[in-house]
Amino acid sequence: MTQTKIDGRAKTREIKRKANLNLLERLYLPEIFKGLSITFRQIFKPKFTFEYPDVKWQPPASFRGRPVLVVDDETGVERCVACGLCARVCPALAIEVVADETELDKERYPKKFEINMLRCIYCGLCEEVCPEEAIVMSKEYELVFTSREEAIFGKDKLLTPASKLKDRLEFLRKMR
Amino acid sequence: MAKITIDGKTVEVKDGLTILQAAQEIGIDIPHFCYHPALSIAGNCRMCLVEVEKMPKLAIACATRVIDGMVVYTQSEKVKKARQAVLEFILINHPLDCPICDEAGECKLQNYTYIYGPGHSRFEEEKAHKPKRVPLGPNIVLDVERCIMCSRCVRFFDEIVKDPQLTFTQRGDRVVLTTFPGKRVDNPYSMNIIDICPVGALTSKDFRFKERTWNMTAVESVCPGCARGCNVYLWVRNNQILRITPRVNLEVNRYWMCDYGRFTYKPVNSDDRIKNPMIKVNGELVETDWEIAVETAASILKSVKPDEVAVLGSAYATNEDNYLLQKFAKSVLKTKYVDFLRHVKDGDEDNFLIRADKTPNSYGAYLVGVRSNNGFGFNEIVEGLRTKKFKVVYVMDDDIVLNDEIYSLLDEVKVIVHATNKNKTVEKADVVFASASFAEKEGTFTNFEGRVQKINIAVLPKDYEPWMLYKPRKFGEVKPNTGEINKANLALSRLFKFGTQFDRWASGERRNVKPSWWVIMQVANKLGAKFTYASSSDVFKEISETIREFKGLSYDLIGDEGAMINKN
Ligand code: SF4
Ligand code: SF4
Ligand code: SF4
Ligand code: SF4
Ligand code: FES
Repeated sequence: MTQTKIDGRAKTREIKRKANLNLLERLYLPEIFKGLSITFRQIFKPKFTFEYPDVKWQPPASFRGRPVLVVDDETGVERCVACGLCARVCPALAIEVVADETELDKERYPKKFEINMLRCIYCGLCEEVCPEEAIVMSKEYELVFTSREEAIFGKDKLLTPASKLKDRLEFLRKMR
Repeated sequence: MAKITIDGKTVEVKDGLTILQAAQEIGIDIPHFCYHPALSIAGNCRMCLVEVEKMPKLAIACATRVIDGMVVYTQSEKVKKARQAVLEFILINHPLDCPICDEAGECKLQNYTYIYGPGHSRFEEEKAHKPKRVPLGPNIVLDVERCIMCSRCVRFFDEIVKDPQLTFTQRGDRVVLTTFPGKRVDNPYSMNIIDICPVGALTSKDFRFKERTWNMTAVESVCPGCARGCNVYLWVRNNQILRITPRVNLEVNRYWMCDYGRFTYKPVNSDDRIKNPMIKVNGELVETDWEIAVETAASILKSVKPDEVAVLGSAYATNEDNYLLQKFAKSVLKTKYVDFLRHVKDGDEDNFLIRADKTPNSYGAYLVGVRSNNGFGFNEIVEGLRTKKFKVVYVMDDDIVLNDEIYSLLDEVKVIVHATNKNKTVEKADVVFASASFAEKEGTFTNFEGRVQKINIAVLPKDYEPWMLYKPRKFGEVKPNTGEINKANLALSRLFKFGTQFDRWASGERRNVKPSWWVIMQVANKLGAKFTYASSSDVFKEISETIREFKGLSYDLIGDEGAMINKN
């Protein structure tokens, strides 16, 4: 067996199982109790696990859940101007944007915005490239679907008010 | 001849060339906005500044003629600084519109800023604001903020179509491009200014905000709008044509095309397309498959004697379609009644591009043999219908119902028709073959001068997959980005390449349509002929062997630019 030491030099040690065990170890039971005592000690320590799905994990702001579209609190419409940069940068080609003209000041809006969640790899590049801070990674990590069609999320599922995304938007500003 | 040195390269160029043109000849691109090869020199953008030895200041390459012994530097520190300064200056009042701007991706300003720009701006004040949605006429919307005052559009109207329609008012940062008071931009060639505008100031009302340039696949084709046959790109996304723009061909349309031609894609996308072959059952047309449609047509034709069938080719169809049709008529159906309809709009012609003949291939149809042999033309066919001489009328890719009389005369005969869209002839048909439109097939058109030009598949019919059309780029073929926009490099968008059947964007409508030559071959073979063409190029090969005017031509020779027929 080869072991690599921190300094990078390797040294070889022979494995001779039988010869290596001392008497106490060979007695078997003492070792068993040693192991069990470690296990029992854990019972009285704080828990790391959740009783999912009864208890849900609240991810931190840096978490990259499914991407969503930000609805501006002031205007009440999505911030997205359908520039298609997210669709262009998306390495998995998950996003489809179809643009159209609007009377609003932003001139252009997404008539259709779809993310294929079977393609999305949660890389966050769409969020990074967006010039309008219009698509951000949410905290949502529960995605269930039973058909390919269902996995394509349209505007109905994507639009999310900015107030619900405060954490992430603040995090993004901080990291800029 | 003048011997000049540009960036250390010494070359001999013609006298009278400008530095910019001389540099282009040896493959050095000098960035420029206002210079356009077809327009006069304006020299107002200053983007093309270069350093010339023994000249005290930088000179604009677009307006400085070469002199023997000239030594030019296009990459020196001084030039780089000047370019940065010019770009910073232009961008002072240029809006940050790239994300919503239709020009992005093919924008000179965007590309040059990326390549030559300073990377930052020292301008912290408020930018000048100007009107952003100014309708200039039926087809064009102007965004004044984006205009960089290069005057290309103004010069286009003054010099190319000689119909001044635009001008500048005010000065400095208040300058505004505008029409003359009370006038609109309505010249039949007006939309060319959208293409030559180096930025996104002029946008097409039809295409505005439809799609980003890089998401579309640009396919070389020929405009089917008139007998000129302007070279064009068809821009496709989701198997739908979204716009048509001119493709440079100095022999045919130079840099331009007419506004009418830009809308010739509408019928291809239209709702009245015939998507499957149809046959008449109990007086109703019902969709069927190709096997049954061909079978039905063959059984109709089997029973008729020679000269009981009239055959009509089409000036909208390709040389290949028409050639096979006349061969089928003469050798299989053995009829003398072969002709095609002309669609000439007298008076609707000018000495620039637009031709009165509103079809792309009337010359070609005539040359390959779809022509009336004295006394067996269209008029005689109508006369024959009146005297009930015919049992069957076979129409390819045209609507022969010119008036009510013909409409009712068609009741007396069986009608077999190839059609792309529903029309009056289709209403009377017993068999309808769903025909591929000019964007769904390969083939050639012969324009009024006798130039044979190739059309290609841009919209995929049902039996085609994207990979069948791939022309993969070779490694090392990608040219460095000079800021010049090479449309051919945009061909094959990423979406088109990597879409699967499960992606909605890759599953645009596919119609069960076929090119007419293929259909004719099936029908002919059912009637005992032995046609064995695997593709339209096989048909063209036979044309080049049998038709004198086409001798020696091939798809390779025609290429992107077209080739002339032999006239002598
Ligand atoms: S997170 Fe990444 S993979 Fe998912 S949509 Fe955005 S860019 Fe595409
Ligand atoms: S990058 Fe942003 S603004 Fe552009 S289309 Fe995507 S979400 Fe919309
Ligand atoms: S004209 Fe060019 S630089 Fe200006 S907003 Fe449009 S794409 Fe951007
Ligand atoms: S609209 Fe375009 S072509 Fe006309 S002057 Fe402005 S930038 Fe130049
Ligand atoms: S291209 Fe020379 S000044 Fe504009």
